[in-house]
Amino acid sequence: MKIAIASGKGGTGKSTVATNFAYLLSKIYKDVCLLDCDVEEPNCHIFLKPYFNEIEKIYVETPVIDVEKCVKCGKCAEVCQFNALAFVKEKVLVFQELCHGCGSCVLTCPVNAIGEKGREVGVIEKGVGCGFDFIHGKLRIGEAMSPPLIKAVKKAGQEHNLQILDCPPGTSCPAIAAVYGADYVFMVTEPTPFGLYDLNLGVEVLRKIGLPFGIIINRSGENDKLIEDYAKTQKINILTKIADDRKIAECYSGGELVLRALPEYKEAFQPLLNIVREGI
Amino acid sequence: MKIAITSSGMNLEDQVDLRLGRAVGFIIYDLEKDTYNYVDNNQNLNAMQGAGIQAAQNVVNQNVDAIITGNCGPKAFSVLTQAGVKIFIGAEGAVKEAIEKYKNNELQEAQTANVEGHWM
Repeated sequence: MKIAIASGKGGTGKSTVATNFAYLLSKIYKDVCLLDCDVEEPNCHIFLKPYFNEIEKIYVETPVIDVEKCVKCGKCAEVCQFNALAFVKEKVLVFQELCHGCGSCVLTCPVNAIGEKGREVGVIEKGVGCGFDFIHGKLRIGEAMSPPLIKAVKKAGQEHNLQILDCPPGTSCPAIAAVYGADYVFMVTEPTPFGLYDLNLGVEVLRKIGLPFGIIINRSGENDKLIEDYAKTQKINILTKIADDRKIAECYSGGELVLRALPEYKEAFQPLLNIVREGI
Repeated sequence: MKIAITSSGMNLEDQVDLRLGRAVGFIIYDLEKDTYNYVDNNQNLNAMQGAGIQAAQNVVNQNVDAIITGNCGPKAFSVLTQAGVKIFIGAEGAVKEAIEKYKNNELQEAQTANVEGHWM
């Protein structure tokens, strides 16, 4: 089973929920793996302090034109949806950094004049922390394309019984690449106008992809009505609330798991366990 | 010979569009015949990436010898120079004024891209 933790807005508490939920699950179930899919700014490892025993470089295949074989038809540049190829004055120009590695040009070339060369997009690291498996990806500095690395992280963890995916914020390709294929999504939000606005964007995306989801209100307090009213009109379940408690913030800023330092908060995570129980 | 001017509209009175990749369109002007036609750039206005490359390729396919624009990034610059199209940057005002300046050799030919790319 795969559970994705997403948000829309950044900084709502995805990693806090993901790390603590995985920790709690690992006390009950076997073979739990936390996948930090926020490869542009991974930070779950700060809380887990994992021991990494495997590192793997991830490549995206980009085109290399064999000028001898090329018949100068320009079909490769035509088929490229990412404008990574241009065909001017009987010559194919390749812009490696724009290539998404889809392979369309290779398939389209009538004379097999296009080969492929890997561009390193980043690394994935596998290890163990806080008693469960952990995998994360680190995007190469300067690399703009994160989805191939996110997919590699997910693939590396696909054999595990329970996969918890900490997803990047936003509603664009990285966020979609991360949540795609999840059995359930926890949308973590905060009771502020910003939290609500971005939550709604995220909800629209999830509905379009057709994934089941529920809301977690983090930093819950006197303004919860903002989210509750929205959830009611949209007919979305609020799964649980995590209080706006200074002690949690202190744990977080010290790089500690909340459930280790403040076990009384297990209560707030209980409703989330039901989702797993129902799913299994 | 023909030249292209990045334009915010279909006529010579319209303003030069300072962008190349995401220009509204191009005026293709024939210097000998003193005639012009307009080529839109809708396809690249909404491109998620590589608008400069695609726009430059389209300009090259119009068989122009030069392009007049406001700014030119590194990838469009690369496509245009490899195709032998001269690039004149820093144009502004109405398209017809830019053409006059070009005819009077008042525009500077770009030796490098003058703005950064949008992708690395």
